[in-house]
Amino acid sequence: MKLARANRLTPYVFMAPAAVIMVIALLYPLGYMVYGSFRAWDPSQNISETEFVGLKNYITLWFDPSFRESLGVTLKFAISVVAVEMVLGVGLALLLDRNIRGMSILRTLFILPMMIAPVVVGLMWRYMYHPTVGTFNRFLKSIGLDGVDWLGQHALLSVIIADIWQWTPFIFILTLAALQSLPQSALEAAKIDGAGGWQQIWHIKLPLMMPVLIVTCLLRLIDAFKVLEVILVMTEGGPGLSTEILALRISRTATEFRELGVAAAMSNYLLMLLLLLTVAMFAFNKIQTARAARLRAAVQEED
Amino acid sequence: MPKIVFDQVSKSYGSVQVLQPLDLELNDSEFTVLVGPSGCGKSTTLRMLAGLETITSGEIYFDGKPIGHLEPKQRDIAMVFQDYALYPHMNIAQNMSFALRLAKVDKSEIDTRVKRVATMLHIDHLLGRKPAELSGGQRQRVAMGRAMVRDAGTFLFDEPLSNLDAKLRAKMRTELAEMRNQIDKNMVYVTHDQVEAMTLGDRIVVMSDGVIQQQGTPEELYKTPRNRFVAGFIGSPTMNFMDGELTEQEGALWVRGDGYLLPVAAEAAARLASHGTREVAIGLRPSSITNVINGGAPVELQIVVSEYLGAQSVLATRCGSNELLVEVASAVPIQHGTTQTFEVNTEEMMIFDRETGLRL
Repeated sequence: MKLARANRLTPYVFMAPAAVIMVIALLYPLGYMVYGSFRAWDPSQNISETEFVGLKNYITLWFDPSFRESLGVTLKFAISVVAVEMVLGVGLALLLDRNIRGMSILRTLFILPMMIAPVVVGLMWRYMYHPTVGTFNRFLKSIGLDGVDWLGQHALLSVIIADIWQWTPFIFILTLAALQSLPQSALEAAKIDGAGGWQQIWHIKLPLMMPVLIVTCLLRLIDAFKVLEVILVMTEGGPGLSTEILALRISRTATEFRELGVAAAMSNYLLMLLLLLTVAMFAFNKIQTARAARLRAAVQEED
Repeated sequence: MPKIVFDQVSKSYGSVQVLQPLDLELNDSEFTVLVGPSGCGKSTTLRMLAGLETITSGEIYFDGKPIGHLEPKQRDIAMVFQDYALYPHMNIAQNMSFALRLAKVDKSEIDTRVKRVATMLHIDHLLGRKPAELSGGQRQRVAMGRAMVRDAGTFLFDEPLSNLDAKLRAKMRTELAEMRNQIDKNMVYVTHDQVEAMTLGDRIVVMSDGVIQQQGTPEELYKTPRNRFVAGFIGSPTMNFMDGELTEQEGALWVRGDGYLLPVAAEAAARLASHGTREVAIGLRPSSITNVINGGAPVELQIVVSEYLGAQSVLATRCGSNELLVEVASAVPIQHGTTQTFEVNTEEMMIFDRETGLRL
């Protein structure tokens, strides 16, 4: 009896170290943040000295036009980068899914941007966007065109371009992996059935890759909502609030405005948004698994 | 329904030549079976015909027109794949109609054709289902159906039955044979199973190591194999081979080996006379040896195992150091472990050159 009990406990013993680290590194700060979001909290104060204000921070934020603007910028940024990255990434993968000489080198080159630290990417693009000495404007002037005010008038567009440059490879490699694991014989059958290149993509490849594409898209969305460094380095949220995404506003609220409670509440809003996406992803996976199980069950009944 | 001609077609992957230059003619409305052990190049040959593999050298002609450079869809072919290759995201009706929809065939015409073929294959009640909801045998039928709704000139089958269990395979084989008689098209069928080849083929092409060993009707291959490979590949249970030497005694030709001395039939002896070689291998089908003694050539066999198959039994026996399979009627009880006298029908005995493997 004792032995059986010990055996049942064994897995928990092995999981304990990881669980302890989770609690210290994840749950504690998260709880701290949630707790703090209900208090009027200045960085000079110890949290025990702060005043409980209930949902005040959340309500203030909800009616705060700058927060709404920031949320709008974040949504605009996330949706447009992910949309363009999906189209480009999937397109590139479809284009490069073939065996020609040097393809592996080409593929490696394509995923390089993803491996560069975001701060470096920000600095690089800031230099390239520079109104007088930047690469783009120098080029435009050399062919007789006027320079563009990249990080001024078109700041949001410029940061969107930089993000697309960095993260399209992520979609590219995942899509390429999905493409290469497609059942080859189904594609061959489609060729025999008379499908041309586009028809194979439209009728066979895309529908079969759809589960991977949906998960990839959700992962990218989650990431895009959290973007910080590149924009911080390139524009610091300006000019005005035009590129002030939520992560940036949170950091400014905490450090410049010295309102830790409000910053915590803002983080929680973002967290809820991301949680929604994550739940959507898990739900999608669950539906897929359930459907597969149902199909298998149906077949077994038949046999 | 074109006449298909392979002219010196070969295939290499890098420096590895998987298919020696081969010539092959597939006649109109004929059911041709390419058969051979795995890796013999039969599937590659079929895939080159389909346009799924490029041709390294040589050319394939349909009715005299070279088609080696054409895309699969320009070749007017339908194909059934070994793993069925159904489109997992489409239901059965959509799977079967895919080619017709791409060809912009009239919708009502598509419906009629799909219905007709589905009824013929007894899958008409499954049209709304997805492939994952079907059993192996049903998927197999859908794959057939998908090929049949198209009115293609040539049908290609790449080991279509090899993923089915034995019972279902036998059933589908019979249905295929029935279908073959109804459809008046070129059919090319690849298999490693010689029983399938024998039952289905109007003509069989036996391949090994990227070379065509022999082609002919099932009967020709069974009765007059060109070499030891074909003789051993065609027929079940497989042919027995024993090394031996030709000797002349009292004006007659005999073959002597470990544990046996058998007379060579007069007709074969006449052919052997022109060959210098003495070193041979003899081939005996298990059915050419019988335990009914009737004054023929006797041979002493030690019975090792007796496999009871119902009406027939297959005996694993030993003749000297040679292992020999014998097929006998089960009516006579056989005790394993004993040594008995059997009789060889020397008319059916084949003699091969031990060096080249060619039948003499």
